[in-house]
Amino acid sequence: MQSEIISAVASSAIAFFVVLVTVPPLIKLLAKRNWTVKDVNRIGGAMIPRPGGPAIIAAIIVSEVSLYFLLPAGEVAGRQISAILMTASAAFVIGFIDDRKVMGGWFKPVALAVSAAPIIILGTYDSNLAFPIFGEVKIPALYLGVVVVMIAVTGNTINSVDVMNGIASGFMTIAASALTVSMVILQNYTVAIMALPLVFASLAFYRYHKFPSRIFPGDSGALVLGATYGAIAIIGRVEVIAAIALLPAVINSFLFLSSVKRIVEHRQIKNPTTHTDDNKITTTKEKDAPVTLVRLLVAAKPLTEKEVANAIFKLAAFSAALAIVTALLMGVKIWDIF
Amino acid sequence: MGHFLIYSFLAIMWLLILGGGGMVVALVSQISVQGYGEQIDFLIGSAIKAVIALVLVVSWILILTKFKDKIFYKQIRL
Repeated sequence: MQSEIISAVASSAIAFFVVLVTVPPLIKLLAKRNWTVKDVNRIGGAMIPRPGGPAIIAAIIVSEVSLYFLLPAGEVAGRQISAILMTASAAFVIGFIDDRKVMGGWFKPVALAVSAAPIIILGTYDSNLAFPIFGEVKIPALYLGVVVVMIAVTGNTINSVDVMNGIASGFMTIAASALTVSMVILQNYTVAIMALPLVFASLAFYRYHKFPSRIFPGDSGALVLGATYGAIAIIGRVEVIAAIALLPAVINSFLFLSSVKRIVEHRQIKNPTTHTDDNKITTTKEKDAPVTLVRLLVAAKPLTEKEVANAIFKLAAFSAALAIVTALLMGVKIWDIF
Repeated sequence: MGHFLIYSFLAIMWLLILGGGGMVVALVSQISVQGYGEQIDFLIGSAIKAVIALVLVVSWILILTKFKDKIFYKQIRL
């Protein structure tokens, strides 16, 4: 147990400090190369360096590799860490391509589906899908589809909530924390430790990403966060719990898709929100603009960017609580009750 | 009212996931095909499970869409 605690503390600290140390020089480098984008919600529209993805992937790689040497769990843990690293790295490359060159709406979902391949090839999954109260269902062939869809969905949903300062990193900190706690409840300690670098890399990045942002994660950062989360969920056998912790982001994608009715790059559609004279965010009057979570949040009254982020974090905390309740319910079987 | 409706929608999604999961376990886990040889049994069984799962997912999305239209009627009408 002692070596697990040392591994958990060391990998968390490594992930946190790698982001903390690499982001300031990355901000300077990106600004120098003019890799900046306009912060449309800021008065005057400040130019913000992007992408912060390289710092996030560096933190995930260094901390997970350190776990490879620190964890006493042996060959299985080695394969699990390799699967997480390969999926996260593939998601980074996909995101970085999209950061530099705007690709079509289908590019990211399809490419992310391919990035799930290491999980399948290394066999770091269990084809029994576990549900609370009702038990498990064995779906050997169907589960391969679940793996592929899961990575594409988690990557894209996190990317779709990366719409304002601090939301993607703050949201991931909350969701990944809930996932880690859930795995501790389910006594899956080894994968819970593997999830800690994601929690602490997100938390450290939030320091620079929160309002007023000094750097944006970009597609490379958001896809790394989402795909790593999905990979950990599959490897840790907590797919349903992971989906529940991600519900506000899932709602956002669901609302978007059900109003747009096609898969499209967000840069190709009308902005669902606009600004009041005092620079608060309010809903647009455009009839054909998509419905999104932010648009619903500001429907009743205009909010500042910070207020919108706080409202989304409260929703994330609510979903995190539901995810933890679900983990507790995993131990309850309806057949035992009746 | 605040953001109460969004919290309600989250709770409904959670309940639908739990209920849908129960249906998947109850329906899919019972299926086993026998009598055509091991590989064909596996293929037929997987195909039936896939069809049931797809039907459940589509039903889940349709139910959720109905809830969404009811809950966010005013906001979506904007």
